Amino acid sequence: MDIGRIDLIIDRHRCEASSLIQILLEIQKENRWLPRHALVRVGERLDVPYSRIQHIATFYKAFSLVPKGRHQVHVCMGTACHVRGASRVLDTVRDLTGINPGETDLELKFSLETVNCLGCCALGPVMEIDGKTHGKLSTASTADVLGSFD
Amino acid sequence: MTRIKSPAELEDFRKDLLARRDPAAPCITLCSGTACHATGSEQVSAAIKEELVRQGLGTSVEFKRTGCHGFCEKGPILVIGPEETCYLEVSPKDVPEIISSTLKEKKIVDRLLYTDPTTGEKTAHESDIPFYKYQQRIVFGPNRRIDPRRVEDYLAIGGYRALIKALFEMTPDEVIDEVKKAGLRGRGGAGFPTGIKWEAARKAPGETKYVVVNCDEGDPGAYMDRSIMEGNPFGVLEGLIIGAYAIGSHEGYVYVRQEYPLAVENLGIAMEQAEKHGLLGKDILGSGFDFDVEVHRGAGAFVCGEETALLMSLEGKAGEPRPRPPYPAVRGLWDKPTNINNVETWATVPLIIDAGADRFASIGTEKSKGTKIFSLVGKISNTGLVEVPMGITLRDIIFKIGGGIPNGKKFKAVQTGGPSGGCIPEDKLDLAVGFDELARAGSMMGSGGMIVMDEDTCMVDVARYFIDFLTDESCGKCVPCREGLRQMHKILTNITEGKGNKGDIELLEMVAETAVEASLCALGKTAPNPFLSTLRYFRDEYEAHINEKRCPALSCKALISYYIDPGKCQACLICLRNCSAKAIDGGKKKIHVIDQGKCTKCGVCFEVCPSRFGAVKKLSGEPVPPPVPEEARMIAKKSKAG
Repeated sequence: MDIGRIDLIIDRHRCEASSLIQILLEIQKENRWLPRHALVRVGERLDVPYSRIQHIATFYKAFSLVPKGRHQVHVCMGTACHVRGASRVLDTVRDLTGINPGETDLELKFSLETVNCLGCCALGPVMEIDGKTHGKLSTASTADVLGSFD
Repeated sequence: MTRIKSPAELEDFRKDLLARRDPAAPCITLCSGTACHATGSEQVSAAIKEELVRQGLGTSVEFKRTGCHGFCEKGPILVIGPEETCYLEVSPKDVPEIISSTLKEKKIVDRLLYTDPTTGEKTAHESDIPFYKYQQRIVFGPNRRIDPRRVEDYLAIGGYRALIKALFEMTPDEVIDEVKKAGLRGRGGAGFPTGIKWEAARKAPGETKYVVVNCDEGDPGAYMDRSIMEGNPFGVLEGLIIGAYAIGSHEGYVYVRQEYPLAVENLGIAMEQAEKHGLLGKDILGSGFDFDVEVHRGAGAFVCGEETALLMSLEGKAGEPRPRPPYPAVRGLWDKPTNINNVETWATVPLIIDAGADRFASIGTEKSKGTKIFSLVGKISNTGLVEVPMGITLRDIIFKIGGGIPNGKKFKAVQTGGPSGGCIPEDKLDLAVGFDELARAGSMMGSGGMIVMDEDTCMVDVARYFIDFLTDESCGKCVPCREGLRQMHKILTNITEGKGNKGDIELLEMVAETAVEASLCALGKTAPNPFLSTLRYFRDEYEAHINEKRCPALSCKALISYYIDPGKCQACLICLRNCSAKAIDGGKKKIHVIDQGKCTKCGVCFEVCPSRFGAVKKLSGEPVPPPVPEEARMIAKKSKAG
């Protein structure tokens, strides 16, 4: 991500330190992760110490300090999904992709995250891939869904 | 769009709007909340638009995409006015018929109606469907009637009338008194009286004061705040402006989870429209009262739902709570007096001001007034959002509205209050729902999540699940929460994995007590609740896990084995083909056997075994019977005649 883009986002928030989280959210959205040089730049412009930016970037779940894969897999671990067997879905995804929540595979194909509720409890257990919701999953259908990505 | 400068102008504008609307004109309303979105409401919408044009009804029928109707189980939901015919689980291929029969010929498409699962009876009108019939939708009702992107829709149903009343007919103190008299208590969790909170912020010294909407709805399984924000952001905004006027604040913030993009978008549109109409900003409706709002997106931290943590986050810092007092009402955002209320609370305010406190207070119980929205999820037939008067029994919510437990299973418990709440067993189902009543039963109202569990749900695992969630979400600032929860999680995990020891329950109780007593904020103080309440009502399950290494619900993976009953196996090969661990041995006409050493307990065999065979079984606390000897494994083909 080039400095010009980062500056544009910072300027949009009038370079205010209180907008730090909002700025990081926008960088994360555009770039899918937060590279070190972006954090350094934000720190310089907002006059916020790098340690505090690091604190925030690691505190909030929306941020990633490592590159993300092409497909974002979010397995819902909300209570409704949990009682309907979300852990079996997660186990299947883990087995098939070889990665744990928070990780990305070496080919940068999948990034796996668990989320706490997607709010589609009627469809539980659910998994969201690249923004599309796949509901009422069983072990077998989870495998089918994952197999359809390349 | 013009700026409205006085109440009279707004009323004229409203009259004009209503005059141009014909309540008897045909109209299609499609639920477009996040849940219906996931079931394909977008495609249905495209099909409707296309079909209206194709069938020559392009302009004569109004098509409205609204927020969540609540009956998420049966989405996407389509309501056709003025008759209010309600179609469920509509797919794009149903659309041409709906338009040609129902809209043109006024004929009902039977197969899309609600069908009673026991009697098979069809119901055409939304208000007659049991799911809706027993509800009282005063806060959530507008969702179904307005397009969340058109302030005109909100004005047409009487929107901003309460704001006029507050700004022009009432003093700030009178507004606070009205809210106090209504007995409104915070809908976000703690149930603190809203009027008293407002009064404290009003009386706090200082010129600059803030009001904040807490839409950091983090409880898994709860999505009522999101649905209000997506479906009727105007109501929240109107409540917020009224509150700001009462408190004497001119600046407000709405803190929304970034996981709710549609809520952020719709709220932004509502704010823009309010500003254009002079309902927000400088000199609102010519009253001389100024008020501005800013939206702040959360970045994914459960603890930010706690008010002091939320304020830290608003300031652009890590959301770590700080001790109270001083309360935010005295020292909040940037050390200024701040009033924070939850989305549902703000959305209730205009109703109280508009209809009067007495009307609102006539609903509910002595100490819990009005209605409450619950999200009814889990092992329940009718998953969805329900708004019920306080005082209704849990049994009515679960069985009358929710339609009971699916697949003929038995009810075990209902979990209320989110991760910090508790589980309520069957013999307490006649409990009237209210803040104090639920607290007495060892649970809490919380933000209104209601997760139903059946006989297949392991209560130890539920406790482990919530403690796991909270361990992960603990901000780490204070030791009793950070370390206490981690230890509790460790012990509970051991128990569910069959590694529990005698004395574990007592140890858990001790750690729980410390966390309750010594944690800094409500997250830690209430975190042991799921454990304490499951222990209170389901101690036998804990004991079975520890003493017999048995999971009575057959749910804990480490304590169960899958076993194929040789007497029932029809050697159909389905489980064998689906087993990814290649743990099933068998063949045509050869009884299948699971190799327990290879089995990963993924459960796929149990899922795929045809229910008419029911050959795959889960065992717990008993040894797996030895495999049938090789020579006995062949199934003799049964004669068809015999």
